[in-house]
Parts: sequence; C-alpha cells; structure tokens
Amino acid sequence: MGWTRNVMRVNLTAGTIKREPLNMDWASQYLGQRGLASKYLVEEIDPKVDPLSPENKLIFTTGPLTGTMASTGGRYSVVTKGPLTGAIACSNSGGFMGAELKNAGWDMIICEGKSPKPVYLYVENDHAELMDASGIWGKSIWDADHILHARHQDPLIRIAAVGRAAEQGCLFSAIVNDLHRAAGRSGVGTVMASKNVKALVVRGTKGVGNIKDPKAFMQAVNAGKKVLADNAVTGQGLPKYGTQVLMNVINEIGAMPTRNMREVQFEGASKISGEAMHEVRASDGRANLVTNAACFGCTIACGRISVIDKNHYTIVNKPQYWGASGGLEYEAAWALGSDTGVSDLEALTYANFLCNEDGLDPITLGSTIAAAMELYETGLITREHTGGLELKFGSAEALTKLTELTCRGEGFGRDIGLGSKRLCEKYGRPELSMSVKGLEFPAYDPRGIQGMGLAYATSNRGACHLRGYTVASEVLGIPVKTDPLVTDGKAELVKAFQDATSVVDSTGLCVFTTFAWTLNDIQPQIAAACEGDWSLEKLLEMGERIWNMERMFNNAAGFTAKDDTLPGRLLSEAAQTGPAKGKANDLHKMLPEYYRVRGWTPEGEPLQATRTRLGL
Amino acid sequence: MLRALKLEPERCTGCLQCEMACSFENEQLFNPSKSRIKVFNFHDDGRFAPYTCTQCAEAWCLHSCPVEAIVINARTGAKEVLEDICVGCKVCTIACPFGTVNYNHDTGKVQKCDLCGGQPACAEACPTGAITYVDIDQTGLDRMRAHAQRSLGASA
Amino acid sequence: MKHLIIGAGPSGVIAAETLRKLQPEASVTIVGDEPEPPYSRMALPYLLIGKIGEEGTYLRKDAGHFDGLRIDVRRDRVTGVDTAARKVQLAGGGALPYDRLLIATGSRPVSPPIPGMDLSGIYPCWTLADARHIARGAVPGAKVVLMGAGFIGCIILEALAKRGVDLTVVEMADRMVPRMMDNIAGNLIKKWCEAKGVHVHTSAKVVAIEPGTGGRQFAVRLDSGTVLAADLIISATGVRSNVEFLQGSDIRIDHGILIDRQMRTSNPDVYAAGDVAQGLDFSTGEYSVQAIQPTAADHGQLAARNMAGRREAIHRGSVNMNVLDTLGLISSSFGLWMGAKDGDSAELCDPGRYRYLNLQFEDDVLVGATSLGLTEHVGVLRGLIQTRTRLRGWKERLQEDPTRVMEAYLGSTQAVGFNAGLI
Repeated sequence: MGWTRNVMRVNLTAGTIKREPLNMDWASQYLGQRGLASKYLVEEIDPKVDPLSPENKLIFTTGPLTGTMASTGGRYSVVTKGPLTGAIACSNSGGFMGAELKNAGWDMIICEGKSPKPVYLYVENDHAELMDASGIWGKSIWDADHILHARHQDPLIRIAAVGRAAEQGCLFSAIVNDLHRAAGRSGVGTVMASKNVKALVVRGTKGVGNIKDPKAFMQAVNAGKKVLADNAVTGQGLPKYGTQVLMNVINEIGAMPTRNMREVQFEGASKISGEAMHEVRASDGRANLVTNAACFGCTIACGRISVIDKNHYTIVNKPQYWGASGGLEYEAAWALGSDTGVSDLEALTYANFLCNEDGLDPITLGSTIAAAMELYETGLITREHTGGLELKFGSAEALTKLTELTCRGEGFGRDIGLGSKRLCEKYGRPELSMSVKGLEFPAYDPRGIQGMGLAYATSNRGACHLRGYTVASEVLGIPVKTDPLVTDGKAELVKAFQDATSVVDSTGLCVFTTFAWTLNDIQPQIAAACEGDWSLEKLLEMGERIWNMERMFNNAAGFTAKDDTLPGRLLSEAAQTGPAKGKANDLHKMLPEYYRVRGWTPEGEPLQATRTRLGL
Repeated sequence: MLRALKLEPERCTGCLQCEMACSFENEQLFNPSKSRIKVFNFHDDGRFAPYTCTQCAEAWCLHSCPVEAIVINARTGAKEVLEDICVGCKVCTIACPFGTVNYNHDTGKVQKCDLCGGQPACAEACPTGAITYVDIDQTGLDRMRAHAQRSLGASA
Repeated sequence: MKHLIIGAGPSGVIAAETLRKLQPEASVTIVGDEPEPPYSRMALPYLLIGKIGEEGTYLRKDAGHFDGLRIDVRRDRVTGVDTAARKVQLAGGGALPYDRLLIATGSRPVSPPIPGMDLSGIYPCWTLADARHIARGAVPGAKVVLMGAGFIGCIILEALAKRGVDLTVVEMADRMVPRMMDNIAGNLIKKWCEAKGVHVHTSAKVVAIEPGTGGRQFAVRLDSGTVLAADLIISATGVRSNVEFLQGSDIRIDHGILIDRQMRTSNPDVYAAGDVAQGLDFSTGEYSVQAIQPTAADHGQLAARNMAGRREAIHRGSVNMNVLDTLGLISSSFGLWMGAKDGDSAELCDPGRYRYLNLQFEDDVLVGATSLGLTEHVGVLRGLIQTRTRLRGWKERLQEDPTRVMEAYLGSTQAVGFNAGLI
C-alpha cells in the first residue's frame, strides 16, 4: 500500500490532536506528498486567505515511498499558502525527518489555527502532544535542536524547526530539519512561526510496511539503484561535487546569473565551485569539504559536509561554527556568491551555515541582498538605511553581516527579510527584483537557457528550477538534448518536465534521481508498493492534474496571465558575454504556445474540457 | 573459508540503506529501529560509522546465555540466536561488550546479526562499499578485537 | 587425569565442557544433587509464565549432550571433601577420587529468622521443584506476598503478575533492588510496579507469619503493624554460598570459597567457581561473591583452563552486572554503579517516561553505570568499563548527553574515518 493511511490533524487554536483516516479516493488520484497534500489544502482553505493568518493551514506530508528502501525515499514536503508569494507553496526536504514521520505511522500532519502560545509538536509513534516551547522560542534552530535533544534525551529523535528569522517575520523563512536539510522556499517557515509552532519533534519505531508486492518492489528498487550508480551524474558527479558540479558548467554556457542578473557569467565562479571545495586551503591545511553525505535511503549522497577555516574572519572566536555542518549546494553558492559578486568560499559557507542555523532560503536571501546592492549602487539605499554598512557588489563583509542581521531580524536585516519584491517596491524600483510571483530566481539565467524562462514564468510557486528543470534537456541532454538558445518546442518540453516533476514530488523520492531516472524507472517502484493502478499513463495524467489543480488555486487566489512573466531585465537586456551574447529571453514566443499545449485559455485558465479530462 | 562483514566507516555516507535492508530481511518491514546493524553519525566531525556484531571468537553472548539459545552456525561462523529457545532474559545484552545484542520488545527475545545465513542483506544494499562480506583475513577485525581483548579477556 | 566437578549449574557445566575440549582423554565427572538434567535458575520465571516448558530451562537442550562429550553427570550430594586423600564423600554412599576438583556448588536461598517461616506453603523460588509449588499456588486472584525485592524477587515479579495473582511485595530497604539499583532507579521501579497494580512496601519488615483467617492461609505481620492476608508466600530474601560440606577441610572460606586469580582455593588441587566462589571483582579489586550468570560462566571457563594446566589463564576480574525486567521496565547496572571515590558522574533522569541513565567515571574512564528504560547497546557499558577506555573529550559530551554512550565507545576505540572513498 505504501501509505500508513493515518492523518494527524492538529488544531493549534484549541490545542487538540486527532487521528483521521487518509482519504483514499484522493490518494488514488494524487498519490501522496505534493499532490495529495495540495489536494487537502485546496479543499480546506480559501485561496484568498492571508497566508500568515490562523485560517491558513500548514501540512507536513510524506509520500508512499518515504521511509522505504527506494533510493532517496526519505523526502517530505511542507504544503501551505506561501507568504512570500501568495501562491500555493510546496517545499520539499530530505534528511531524516520524512522517514521518521512515516516510521511513526503518519502520512500527513495538518496544522490548523494558531496556538495561543509558542509550542512544539512532539510525536512518538501514536503519541502526539503539543508541548510548551517557551524554552526554545527566540533560539536559533541549532540551539533549539540542541535543547530539544537534551530535553528528550534520545539521540534518534528527528527535529524540524524554525529559526529566529521566522519568529521575526522574515518572509522567506525555511523549516530546517536534521540541522541542515530544509523545506526552503516560499516562506513555509514563516507560516509555521505565525502559528506559534517552533518545532516538530518525531520519533518513529513502527517501521514502514504494507508494501503491496514486496518481491517486485525490491526488484524495482534494486534496478533503480543500479541505474543511479551507473549514471555519470548520479553515480559520480553528484557524490563527488554535489549539485555544485554545475557551477563551472553553467558559467561556461553563459547562464550564471551574476550581480543581480545584470550579467550571465561570473569571473569568480571557479573559486566557489564544487572543485574549489575539494582544494586544500593553504591557511589550515584542510579542504572546505569534509565528506559527502546522504539523506535517508539515498544512494546518490550529494550532500556536502563542510568546515570553515577557523582563521577566517567570519568565525574567529566563534567555536560554535568550528565543527562540520551542511556545506554549499549549487543554488546557495550561486545566490550568496555569484549574484552578490562574492567569491570568498569561506564567507559563502559561513552564510550558508547561518541560513541553516536560523532557517533562511539562501536563494531568496542572496537574491535580495543582490537587489539591495544594486539599490545601494543607485543611491536609493544608503548607509543610513544599512546602519553604516557598505553594500557593494563583491563585499563578503556586507553579505555575512546582512545574513547575520536577517537571521536575527535586526536592523537592515528586517528589510532584507521582506524579500526582493517588497524591498525593491519599498525603495521605488520594483523592476530590480529578480523574481516571478514574488519568488526569486534560482541559478539558471533564462537568457542562456530559454526554456527555463518559460518554466520560471509559469511555475506555480514562482521562479523555481524545481518545478520544471529543462536545464536537464537544454544543458545536460537528459533525456534528450535540446538547444538552450532556441524557443521552438520549449512549451511542450516545459509542460512535460512540470508534469513529471509533479509526479516525482508526490512519491517520496528526490527529484535529483531524474538526472538518471525517467518515470519508467519510478513507475515500477510505485506500482509494486501501492495498491491501485499506477501505470505510466496514469502517473503522467496525475502530474498534469496536480499542475492544473495548483494553477486553479493560484488563479482563485488572484493570479492571472499577467503574472506569468519575467522581470524586464531578462526580457530586454541582452546577455553581454558567453554563448547567449546578444540574447534576451523570448518568453513571448513560448507562452501562448504553452497555454495551448496545457489546454488553457489565452488568459491562462484551464479550459473546461481540460478540467473535465483531469477530473478537476 | 569463513567470511565476515568488513566495515569501512570512511566510505559510509549515512544513508541507512543497510538498516532498512537488515530490518526488511528480518522483520519484513523497513524499520531502522529494528536493524541489527546501526549507523552512528558523528555530526560535528562529518563522519559516519556502520557498526554491528563482529562474530567475535570470544562470543560473550553465547557463553552468558543460560539456556543455550545462542549457537554458532558451523557454515558461516555466525553466532545465531535461536528464537524458539531464547527466553528473553537479556543477560547477553549486558554481556556483549560491543553492545551489539539488543532486546526486541515486540518479540520478547534478543536479536543480533546472524550474517543472514551467509548472504548479508546490509552488504548487498550498501551503495558505497562501506559494508562488504569478505574473507575473514581481510576484515581488519583483528584490530578491533585486539582492542577489546586487551583487557576484556577473562584470561590473558 | 580425573576431573571432578561438584555442582551442575552453569559454572560446572561450562567447566566440564571446557575441560573436555582441552583434554580429550581426561575423565570428567559432574555431581549434582537435583534430579533434573542441568538447568538454569535464570529461566525459572519464564517457566512460571509458560513461555517455556521445563526442558526449556535445561542448560543443554540435546538429551545426549553430556554422554556425547563423555561427561559423566551423576545425581548425588557431596557431604565432604578429603583433600589429603583427594576424594569426596557422597551422601549415597561411597566416595569419588579426583586429581583436580572444582567446587561449583552455587548458593541457596536463606530463610530469614522470622516466626512462622516454618509454616508449610512458604517457598523460595530457586529450584524447579520450587517453581512447581509456586505454579500450583499462584492462581488467578490468589493473594501472594513476595518477601524481598532483590534481583531474585524482581525476576519472578513479572511471572507472578502475569499469572493474575494479587501481589504484594515487602522489602526491607528503602527502594527496590537495593543491591543493584541506586535510589532514583530503585524508586522508579517501585513506582512502575505500583502503577501496574502491584502493592509495594519498602522500608518494611516482616515480623511474623501466622496462620490466616477468613479462608486465607497466612497472615503476614509487618513492623508497621499492617497485616497482609496471603494464600502463598514466596521468600526471596537473599542467598548464601553452599560451603557447609567443606567444614573441617583445609579449604579456606570467607563469605564464599577464597580463590586466587587462577581460581584455585587454598588447596592446590581444588578450584572453585560461580556463586560459591569469592572471586576477583574487576571494579573494586577485591574478592567477593557476585552470584551472577556471566561471572559464573567466566569462572567456569577459567577454572577449567587452569585445571587443564593452562597456567596462563589469569582472572582479570569480573564486572559485576545485572539486567532485570520488572513488568516490562528493563534496568541494568554495571561495575561501580554506586560511584567511585572522588569520581564524576553523568545523569539523565526522565521519570515521566521511566528513563534513567547514570554513568560513573573515575578520571575519564567509565567505571560504573545504571540504566532504566533503555535497552539499545547497553552491553557497551560493560565494554567501556572493562576495557578501561580513556574517553578523553567524550566524557564531557557524555556529561551533556549520556545517551551518546555508543558514539563515545566508537569514537574512542574504532577507526572512524572520513569518507575518503569518494573524495
């Protein structure tokens, strides 16, 4: 079956917790995790709800393969209406929390209302309890983790928490589990804090069973593991360099957004790349990277574990940062580095540690700091605003200081905590925010990778690479190579990636498997684990259904076709260097075609026929 | 030729595939808490250590058992718990100086690694070669045992 | 070479088997005074709850085990030892000669000097015969008084509760299992038992047992004045080494038989092992009677090796340790659990969840431990104590979180390397 069929409903206002059976009709239509929890959300909340009001809900959700031996099967997602965007939010995290929740016997936890005082939710198998969080409110995630471990005295409890940034209302706060895995984007942590929930603490020892056909499942799992091991990206590149394997590749093709996306190549890329993390530092004789590490059940192990040079200015006399912790992923390295023009690997690692320690989305953080730097350059932000800090592109000190302030919600950090859209509006230059629907871009410049422009413009959670990663096809040739500089065929490509990703995000598996896997590798694992018909066709249709359901929620929330766009800079300022030199993004050539292949009206609304076909 | 599990912590990524494989083999569930092999995470050092019974020659568990419920499998050399004979007295859990015999509350018996009868599921599942099943001479177990034996031995 | 072993408990049996392995040609004889094949007292509680039958208590399950090893197991009782003539006298008449003698006669329950202890229907829980008596009397609803909440008392507690009796425990000390558990743990066990419906009187003495009234067999009078009605009384107030038959011999006795580090008694041909022997305690460096299963096994093996001429087999001392399951609450203690002089400790105490872990250090070496409600990897506490592993920085981390004991062990002893395979 894959599912535990148990949903925990936590009414924070009343302080009550009850168990209810999983809606199996919905499970048969939406599978789990992103799809299924989004279905619950759209059924249960008003799309126009204020994301930070008690009427919004926050759902922690696993997939049917979470907690199983399927490679990477440890994922969980947090689904809510996002405060940064006002759109549906679904943030996916690895680590060990998802599997622990499943081992405790739960498919999903739905949090509703708002607790009258700070609490944390403690779950030990069937036992669930809201506990007083006064001892951890106001603490960083790392401190809270430490205190909770000491309090519960069990090394094996898993903790997901929000940091001081979320408490202070930073709109791009993440929920961080296992110290450095994050449900990172859209501000899901801000929603959690708005409900006065500091942490989710879980211990599960019941095991994950109910596999429909164990023998077939293990065969499919082992076949899948072999594909990952034999693939150059998942078998070698990612374990060795992590997602940072992309830094030099993307820079070379001229799609490395630099200095608030004014440029498409960064001269310091090689200094902050995956390769650089392996280099032994002259100062202390150690490399930045200590080891790679896996999330639960993952046979790829792309995670980075890093140490900062103890002599680096950022951590002198700060022993709490001397140990190893989660190192730079590509997106963090890009946003904190290339987009701010900073090429100091140790400073970036420190900023990344802080993002984990207090729960910030490093993409939005880096991008917002980059926007602030550009506003500083134009004179609209001055030292008066920043408390004397010089916000120059390339300044590591500015980056790390602003990160510290944002973590604590102090000084100019409060402005950074607004995210780039609100920051740029506040200082009178809204066009300088490199975002779509309020969410900042990740590390693929759509001038150099045209399809990504369409993917960003139409992504249901705002600019995001994890909603349709056409980079795979346009740059890496997965599953087939397409030309990154042309727009023809990109509408179909984007739709196919969006639908397939919706499926992967609903299984409990990691989307990084799709560097090697197609749905043909995933489908046998689902079909062997879950009862019901899970053919490839049904999965693809489900992916499309999820996408349209999210779209309809956003439309009802007030988004229109006008929001399916990119910042003017990407549409009109041509790339100055690299293979894409002279090109802007030709979104206008792709968008109408996209609406057509989606079966939407020219206004971006799913046609009745489309809705009927998908059962919406 | 007897074989044994060779554990190489330096290769471990902490993915817990071994724990799931072990529990699935023995309990038909993916349940790390019931695994006979455990991965320990040394977070601040960025290290992981898979750890299970070394099938040590001293067999503290076997000798401490009051009812002969732990026996040596002549083919694999594994010290195996005979579930139908174990009474659940737990003396072996305190006698094993490596901490690798654990009590299972659900069955009321103790459990330990039995090398899966000669095809250890953990070794098959490990994606990085941190757990391999090799000729006993290659395991480096001697080093581990030597440490334990230095003063553990009831005899010199 | 004639090896003679008195006592058919674990120590005697392991010694016999070890001798057979080391000296295939020697004659090996065990004399035991109970009618059954060698069995384990540790298993009696599981017999009482029907988890096993009587044969489930047998030390060796194969009926032909001893014959197959040419170990002669005789049922008889030894009444005296003539070390000059190197022979033992048997109650059944006659004598057995030996070249090497192992005394592994174990211990037996003591009967406290209380008026009324001689009434019939009061049993210890020590032998299979006792277990049969208890099984007959401990029927659902029966009022049972258990005198003594020591280790033996506690291991039969669960068996009695599971049989559905109305159980009351009377213990002289201020907590349960006072010789194994510290004040916190002993009282948590008490609280746990009470929550499970067992009546527990600590700091209470039975002053008299009288014939009962109202259809009850006994009236048990406590020093507080309370009178408990009982249908069955089980006495578990302690054990004493079986050494009386040695009176008049040249074998020196204190609480148990005095032995050296080769398990030899004051007579060079006579060895002693198990509950009867006052052997070296690893932690204290003193010689004492431990009366626990792992020590009995250690002793038996070591004595046999010395009897076979392996003089290099030197006893380094046994760590005193115990594990107990009290109605599902599992506890264990090791070594100097009560603490070392000038030592440090680390403690976790979560009474709400019945979890407790107390570690005792001397310098940076673990010397003792008490655990309650924790069953994962507890053996490593023994390992750390007995290897005298220097914990260095791990001691501080344990003081912060004592549950990390397995990490401390691995971190201190194993090659825990970086993930060098890939990078």
